Amino acid sequence: MRSDQNVLPDDILSLSNAASSGKRPHFFDNPDVDRLLAIVLAMAGELAVTRERLDTVERLLETRRVLERELIENYRPDATAARERGAWQLEYIARLLRILQQEAEQMQRGATEPAAEDVSRELASK
Amino acid sequence: MSVKEAAVACAPPWTDVGQHGLSAEARHDDAARFNFLANLNKHMSARVVGGNAIAYESRAREAYRRRTGHDPLDRREIRDAMQGDPYYQMWSSLRRSAMEMRQQAGRSLVLRQAEKLSERAQALSAVSPGTLRLDPSVEIPRYQSAVDNHCMPGSYFAEYIEGDVSAAANYDSGMFATTTGLFGRYLDGAGAGVARWLKALRPDWQPRRILDLGAGLGHNTVPLGRAYPEAEIFAVDVAAPMLRYGHARALSLGASNIVFQQANAERLFFENQSFDFIYSTMFLHETSYSALRNILREADRLLAPGGLHIHLEQPPYHGMSEFEKFLRDWDCYNNNEPFWTTVHDTHMPTLLKELGFQGDRVFETEIHALVETAMPKVAEAVEDFGRGGMWYAFGSERAA
Repeated sequence: MRSDQNVLPDDILSLSNAASSGKRPHFFDNPDVDRLLAIVLAMAGELAVTRERLDTVERLLETRRVLERELIENYRPDATAARERGAWQLEYIARLLRILQQEAEQMQRGATEPAAEDVSRELASK
Repeated sequence: MSVKEAAVACAPPWTDVGQHGLSAEARHDDAARFNFLANLNKHMSARVVGGNAIAYESRAREAYRRRTGHDPLDRREIRDAMQGDPYYQMWSSLRRSAMEMRQQAGRSLVLRQAEKLSERAQALSAVSPGTLRLDPSVEIPRYQSAVDNHCMPGSYFAEYIEGDVSAAANYDSGMFATTTGLFGRYLDGAGAGVARWLKALRPDWQPRRILDLGAGLGHNTVPLGRAYPEAEIFAVDVAAPMLRYGHARALSLGASNIVFQQANAERLFFENQSFDFIYSTMFLHETSYSALRNILREADRLLAPGGLHIHLEQPPYHGMSEFEKFLRDWDCYNNNEPFWTTVHDTHMPTLLKELGFQGDRVFETEIHALVETAMPKVAEAVEDFGRGGMWYAFGSERAA
């Protein structure tokens, strides 16, 4: 792989992502929703890219007689593999939904915890 | 088929895009990004856009009536009614993001090889240097410089390096995905459709000089070059990167009878009555009120006796429902197409008569894209507001 295709220099990356001139419209009452949706759609795009790449790998493996794709469709994990995969799924989901866990923890502890900003003011004079 | 039949035909894979001497070198994920975007466009035009009408009929109109005491009367009031509707907001936000992602995908593909593309363009152009005529004194008009056209960062004319062609390479790389193959593998369905139309209208006619206005990278000029190999063809545009790229691309495709000329189509230096055939494809909506008139006046001046001119555009609004006009206006306000709405409100035959063209037979017609057998045809696809392979056309024919 040539370096110009492997490593995108920072200036080319930011040029690729450049905004067009002309004020960007927002459609939701809160522009944060547009912002979040743009990120979600970009993620969906990159997920599709990854899925297509995986599909390419599977097809090439089949062409080279390394693997039959039907084996993937009919794959049944043994007990160890199933446990490992289940554990991975749980860890993955916990990472994704970390914010909910943290919110629940804070609710549990009650509204008594000070904000760092308040503590900062306190420590500055005490 | 072993898999269940899809209700919406998928877009042709981006790897089907026609290769020429200046095609950017795409890797796996570059193509996959365009595949996602092409099918996202398919889904949005086939499955999502229709929900706007449902939202309007089922709640947005009623909400507007409660607020104002009357139903929306025209497309502007419909827009006012719809802007607060969550479905319209979601559709619009996704659509705008998809436009931006298309630009990102094209730019991340071509900018990393900008220098290589520029060198290849120079090498290809060296075969016929006299037919690339750049003129640095040509200024970018306000209607091109005010906002970047259809959210294309840097528009048609930004240059990042000496001899840059990246704006054109980006345009060329992404259009196949945006149009889901409806313009053909070489994006030349409109030009090929014009050539077919002209041959049918005048079977044995041999135009000596042909002028393509706002030709961009010449994707719709090459089919005329092929159809009339004896003719001298001029592809005119203000943007140097488009012309550099177009010149090299055309030569690599074997079209050597095209001069790529940097000039403003409002003020051309050609002699009176010096062209037999003048045309433009999806150019006029990227101009302005006064530029449209100047360009057509120039066509009138340049058209030779016995000649004709034709201009392809998205369908005019005349006769459409106010709701459809509102939907089609989306690009004007949200995809940086600021003259879109005005041009589609203009009655072109009346304008031609106002401007001159005395004695000409003024006509309106419909031009269908002529594309490769394997590419989708417009009749089979849902039109995505101007991105379908079918155009309104108008022009006039001059007595010999």
